Amino acid sequence: MSEAALAIDVAGLTKRFGGKVAVDHFGLQVRQGQIYGFLGPNGSGKTTTIRMLCGLLTPDEGTGTCLGFDILRESALIKREVGYMTQRFSLYEDLSIAENLAFVARVYGLAHRRRRVDEALERLGLASRRGQLAGTLSGGWKQRLALAACLLHDPRLLLLDEPTAGVDPGARREFWEHLHQLAHEGMTVLVSTHYMDEAERCHALAYIAYGKLLASGTAKEVVAGAKLFTWALEGEGVAAAVARLRGAPGVDMVVPFGTRLHVSGTDAAALAASVSSAAAGNGLRLSPIEPGLEDVFIHLMRRAPEPVVAAREAQG
Amino acid sequence: MFSWDRFAAIVVKEFTQVRRDRLTFAMMVGIPVLQLVLFGYAINMDPKGLPMAVVSAESSPFSRSLVHALEASGYFRVVAQPATESAARALMAEGDVQFVLHLPADFSRKLQRGERPVALMEADASDPAATGNALAALQTLNQTAVDRDLGGALAGLRAGPPAFELRVHRLYNPEGITAYNIVPGLMGVVLTMTMVMMTALAMTRERERGTMENLLATPVRPFEVMAGKILPYILIGYVQVVVILVASWALFRVPMVGSLALLSSILVLFIAANLAVGFTFSTLARNQLQAMQMTFFFFLPSMLLSGFMFPFRGMPGWAQAIGEVLPLTHFLRIVRGILLKGNQWGDIALEVAALAAFLAAAGAIAMARYRETLD
Repeated sequence: MSEAALAIDVAGLTKRFGGKVAVDHFGLQVRQGQIYGFLGPNGSGKTTTIRMLCGLLTPDEGTGTCLGFDILRESALIKREVGYMTQRFSLYEDLSIAENLAFVARVYGLAHRRRRVDEALERLGLASRRGQLAGTLSGGWKQRLALAACLLHDPRLLLLDEPTAGVDPGARREFWEHLHQLAHEGMTVLVSTHYMDEAERCHALAYIAYGKLLASGTAKEVVAGAKLFTWALEGEGVAAAVARLRGAPGVDMVVPFGTRLHVSGTDAAALAASVSSAAAGNGLRLSPIEPGLEDVFIHLMRRAPEPVVAAREAQG
Repeated sequence: MFSWDRFAAIVVKEFTQVRRDRLTFAMMVGIPVLQLVLFGYAINMDPKGLPMAVVSAESSPFSRSLVHALEASGYFRVVAQPATESAARALMAEGDVQFVLHLPADFSRKLQRGERPVALMEADASDPAATGNALAALQTLNQTAVDRDLGGALAGLRAGPPAFELRVHRLYNPEGITAYNIVPGLMGVVLTMTMVMMTALAMTRERERGTMENLLATPVRPFEVMAGKILPYILIGYVQVVVILVASWALFRVPMVGSLALLSSILVLFIAANLAVGFTFSTLARNQLQAMQMTFFFFLPSMLLSGFMFPFRGMPGWAQAIGEVLPLTHFLRIVRGILLKGNQWGDIALEVAALAAFLAAAGAIAMARYRETLD
């Protein structure tokens, strides 16, 4: 699939809300059949970007195509081929599961409506609950229903906006297995998330903060690209070492994990000197480790120049 | 135990929230002001200067004095002098005049002979409140109206019973039953209230619950959303109409002189006009509470300035001008015209055109305001 065409190819996307720049000259290339992770802190412009991709928001600047259609002029065509799952549950809570799916099928003008709704219910294991009102479903079931609804019209691209927020680990794992199955069948998926384990399951990632793209590529490439060095310190004296390490030469980030400490920085020599003295002074075991995605992302965000006014993500 | 601190926490929070919802704040000030202005300045229970047509075969000092006396009472204003009875009837049916004064051909001759001729005053009594005071003023008018003309040899006529008889015919609602006027009008009021509110809420609900985002992401077009949202409520509107019509017939014995088929075809227009207003509100309101408030802001003048509760002709010019814009005003004339006066298509064409114009304008605003994006 490496030579596959680009499902999303946008450049220079910019969106302002009343003078505040939510997305700032953002570019993104997603190949067909990829699961593309979209990461970034809250309010970084992820939702705004996704909404621009599917025609819900008009970009102030920028050009690009989505599934080969121009995002500015052909949003009506894009809507037919894209499944968009909103961050907040946006189906009708006062309709039953089957009624919601039937509505979606009608809106997309699908042939063999009844059969397709039945199949969708079956596939997602919702058949036994078909008559239940959507509003009475738990978070995990709502998420399944929302996914079923946006898959109903056989889209070629899925845009998922934090689809697993508030969903338990078991349901999340199932959800991701489903996504991989879809990608294997040729579906392109752009999914925003805050979970690092999910980020690691994506074929490629983009990290955005304050509306700007800070890094992109595979998880490995992103980690390597940050040129970050990380040491782990372990032992009882961790708490005392934290205070000592913060602000020490070469130390950019100190993250405690119980009796373990991750210390990162870009200046390898200065960092090594600082952690060695801290380890010796507090009786800690010291070992170099590969920085995690989370370390890299937090590092990227801290290094990013913060605009005068923080960008606002449209409420959603 | 009651805690002043906890109590104060709630009070402060409420004030902060009220202050932040600017529309609610504006409504709390705006509604009393609106009511003050409407009740204080626009409403007049004693309408004067009501339009009258005079059908007179002769122009004599007596007829001129009578018309003059009528106008001097303040209640009547001659606006037409049709040549024929049928032309006068048409003016009355279309609501252009509220009274028609008929003077027989030999009025002055009979009067001079002391034969006490009959002057006939026809009144459009479909709204008893609007004509009541004017008709009351007539009762004593004939005793003095022509006194000035009874000089010389005719002076003797002044002393006896009035020189002519002024007979009043109340048309369309001879017994002056208020319910005949109110109940058909209620149809328009109920439809205005429910139709505007239901559509305003239906669309705002989509936005408030977040389902709008999903809807906008589908290929559905604005007109499809608008028409699809409106049709169910048109049907609900018809159910309301049937309930009111059955009740007015069974409980109030309201006469139904005209064509119900004509009425029901015009109802589509009226209902659609109100739904378009509701749809426009829904594109303006940020939440369901605001949609309710806007509905109320539209409903209040509709009730007061349309001629439903108070005589339309009693209102000052500016209030009548506002009233003419409201769909309820025109619908009231149509429904009362059809049910009570037996109006035909030709009698109400202008009112129907006004409704259609309102629908076109409100629909255009609604469509222009509806956004296919979340921008």
